Amino acid sequence: MIASGFDITVCVLLCLCALAAVTGRDTFRAIVFFIVYGLLISVAWLRIDAIDVALAEAAIGAGLTGVLLLGAFGQMGSADTMAREPRGAVLIALVAGAGIGAAVLFAVQGLPPEGAGLTAEVLAQLEASGVGNPVTAVLLNFRGYDTLLESIVLLVALIGVWSVASETGWGERPGIVHHARAGGTLQSFGRFLPAIGLVIGAYIVWAGSSGPGGAFQGGTVLAAVAILTILAGLVDAPRVTTRWLRWALVMGPGVFLGVALLGLFGGAFLVFPQAVAYPAIVAIEIVLTASIALTLVLLVLGPPREAPQ
Amino acid sequence: MVHPALLVAPIAAPLLAALLAIAFPRGAVAAALSAVGVALVASLVLVVEVARTGTGAALAIGGWPPPLGIALEADGLSAMFLLAASTIGLGVLVVAQGPFGWTGRETRKGYSFWPLALCLLAALNAIFLSRDFFNFYVGLELLSLSAVALVALDGKREAIEAALRYLMFALVGSLLYLLGAALLYAQYGTLDIGLIAASAETNGPTLVAAGLMTAGLAAKTALFPLHAWLPSAHTGAPAVASAMLSALVPKASFFILVRVWFDALPGQAGPGLTLVLGTMGAVAIVYGSILALLQERLKLIIAYSTVAQLGYLFLVFPLAGGDSTAQPWFAGAWTGGMVHAVSHGLAKAAMFLCAGAMMAAAGGDKLSDVRGIVAKMPLATFAFALAAVTLMGLPPSGGFLAKYLMLTAAFASGAWVWGAVVLAGGLLAALYLYRPLASLFAPADPDRTFTSVPLRTELVPLALALVAVLLGVASQFPYDILQVGRSVAAEAGLE
Amino acid sequence: MGGDPIIASWLVYGCCGAVLVGLGLFGFMRPTTTLRRVLAFNIVGSGIFLLFGATGYRVPSTGADPVPQALIITGIVVALAATALAVALMLALARVSAGRDEDA
Repeated sequence: MIASGFDITVCVLLCLCALAAVTGRDTFRAIVFFIVYGLLISVAWLRIDAIDVALAEAAIGAGLTGVLLLGAFGQMGSADTMAREPRGAVLIALVAGAGIGAAVLFAVQGLPPEGAGLTAEVLAQLEASGVGNPVTAVLLNFRGYDTLLESIVLLVALIGVWSVASETGWGERPGIVHHARAGGTLQSFGRFLPAIGLVIGAYIVWAGSSGPGGAFQGGTVLAAVAILTILAGLVDAPRVTTRWLRWALVMGPGVFLGVALLGLFGGAFLVFPQAVAYPAIVAIEIVLTASIALTLVLLVLGPPREAPQ
Repeated sequence: MVHPALLVAPIAAPLLAALLAIAFPRGAVAAALSAVGVALVASLVLVVEVARTGTGAALAIGGWPPPLGIALEADGLSAMFLLAASTIGLGVLVVAQGPFGWTGRETRKGYSFWPLALCLLAALNAIFLSRDFFNFYVGLELLSLSAVALVALDGKREAIEAALRYLMFALVGSLLYLLGAALLYAQYGTLDIGLIAASAETNGPTLVAAGLMTAGLAAKTALFPLHAWLPSAHTGAPAVASAMLSALVPKASFFILVRVWFDALPGQAGPGLTLVLGTMGAVAIVYGSILALLQERLKLIIAYSTVAQLGYLFLVFPLAGGDSTAQPWFAGAWTGGMVHAVSHGLAKAAMFLCAGAMMAAAGGDKLSDVRGIVAKMPLATFAFALAAVTLMGLPPSGGFLAKYLMLTAAFASGAWVWGAVVLAGGLLAALYLYRPLASLFAPADPDRTFTSVPLRTELVPLALALVAVLLGVASQFPYDILQVGRSVAAEAGLE
Repeated sequence: MGGDPIIASWLVYGCCGAVLVGLGLFGFMRPTTTLRRVLAFNIVGSGIFLLFGATGYRVPSTGADPVPQALIITGIVVALAATALAVALMLALARVSAGRDEDA
């Protein structure tokens, strides 16, 4: 495929947005540039035929990360002022950034132009994997072990986020709302909500037409919807000590790990015999998606804290 | 052929316990101790099997062999590191029942500690068993995030600040590593160590990839000058967590670095690279030791000692490589580095656990606080002294075996500079450990009183320090087992 | 990346990824606030992902290589986890520093 003017425009815009997000003086504006950047990069993913990544990038990269950063900005307020910049340190960063960037450019243009990676291998085994979408086949079957560990990375991050709660906040509800006396925070979200809504709308349309196999990223959309609901004040987040909440969090990785361990009776780990691969993977996908969605919601909401007096 | 459960258990058991601890915190301690116990038994059986059969054990996860799937494999190095991680892990968790055990009421720290510690141990074991460069990345992230959260657990300002700094280093280290792994996949169409080794050649993408991975992993291993995060992080964390952070966590990124250069890309490390890594290691030994000498707090002395001791690991690169032909001393140098990693782990865990117990008894960890504590805690003081013997590299400890192997290699190869660094490092360790030892063994102020602490907080570090010494006494066994599955490169040296 | 019209599209996106990595690393290492560092970290990450994904599109006739796509989705989730932890630590530090938390 030959690059079109459109591709080059997207790339130039991406670099400009990144430059603005990195060097701009104003943090709020930098975050906005970052969100625009995240949506633009989804376009880039579509151009290189990676629809699954485009959705994940839009929902998580731009969406949830954007919410996190905006939320942090709203709560930090004036505490997050720009430090004085000694000239030498900037120079070191400039040299390191440019040097590594140049080395990577050099490496990229030196790659064999015909490298097809593992496309053929994946397609050859697709039927045996029990799923129709090759990306899902890699995520949940061929390299399901990575995904299992990844779901636990999310849980560890959540425990980490909870663990920085104040001593008196433990056992309370997580969430920005309880903290948000500052109207500024909510204002920032107000500016951002339409973009999220748009992405979700686009996603649901896509998911409806593409059949099974894409639900993994669906977790992020569910999460986004849940976060919107909580932010809008329609629902309170559950207390972190709630029992069902905790079981729901570990259900996905737990079922995945349990099914993986069943294979040990046959002398293997994480195997899906072809006859049961499809139902087994769909079942895992559903519980895993639910747990991941819940974890993502709670990660974005932050540590539990006392309700304001 | 060993049963696959032996390879899976060290990863799956702590993960299951972590999930249980999240959902059902009352059962956390029991689940954690039994899970790490299972992992310890599995590692022990693996070590015995690997030693007995002289071959490693492998498992293609999901029945998909690489390049499509991910393979687990335990060679001698994996088995030794697994055993060390589970031994130290179990010891730490036994002590952790004190500060973090169930007290009838759920607390922030008591709830969070167990899943974090268990995931940290599972991540270590996952890394020690993996043969896949992306899987290493996921393992590293699991390891880093749990380690960072443990650093912040105290909730004090310094701890959170240290955790944040640690996270920043860890993040950029992971990203550089990931970038290298992506380039390797783009070049070779696989992430499997063995398959990459089979087709590796010298070209731009390979060298850039290896350079990026090395930089990222060096930052995660706190190699000078990328060590700035370590002392504050290991000091800010609760002492039981510090024991794992200092003894085990940097070894995981070092382990991957060894896999990169000795297993996946043998023949790609030029003398320039080995010289740079060796020099940074040598500077770390001197710099870390001097700073350890200047500290007034027990935990800080131990933390700076880690900066110095990690430096030795990087001497493996110039001593076991950098020559275009196989040299007879390479095997000894490589093995010396790996024995050092294990014996430092055991000794350092013992020291941090001692420091934790003494802090609890003395109410602080300044050298003046713990002065004369030998009268109150003879076992812990003895454990500290034994661990110090290993760090100084005195016979018959594991540290002696490691330094002996490295010294022999250095002098056999005529690289007397590295030999001098090893000797100087031992001398410096004796100097910076003399002050805390003198303080611990000093006669106590007659009206100084110490709080009583549970006996297990003294017995566990004593056991770990004894194992570190035993490693040197039974020197043939660790040496032999480390040779199993040792790559051709470790035998023939890096080119 | 220039304006050369016959350059392969994977190479354009791959090089764009490399530039993003450089820009992001600069943003990460220059003296700045933690929040901006976390933002820059995410730009480095997405640059790596873009580069990785682009290299999986070198033979468009067989479609994009699914393996990098799957790894990238995993990577995106892991990056979010790290971002969330960083933000939580940053806010906790601000809270403790401000002394609003008596028990800290």
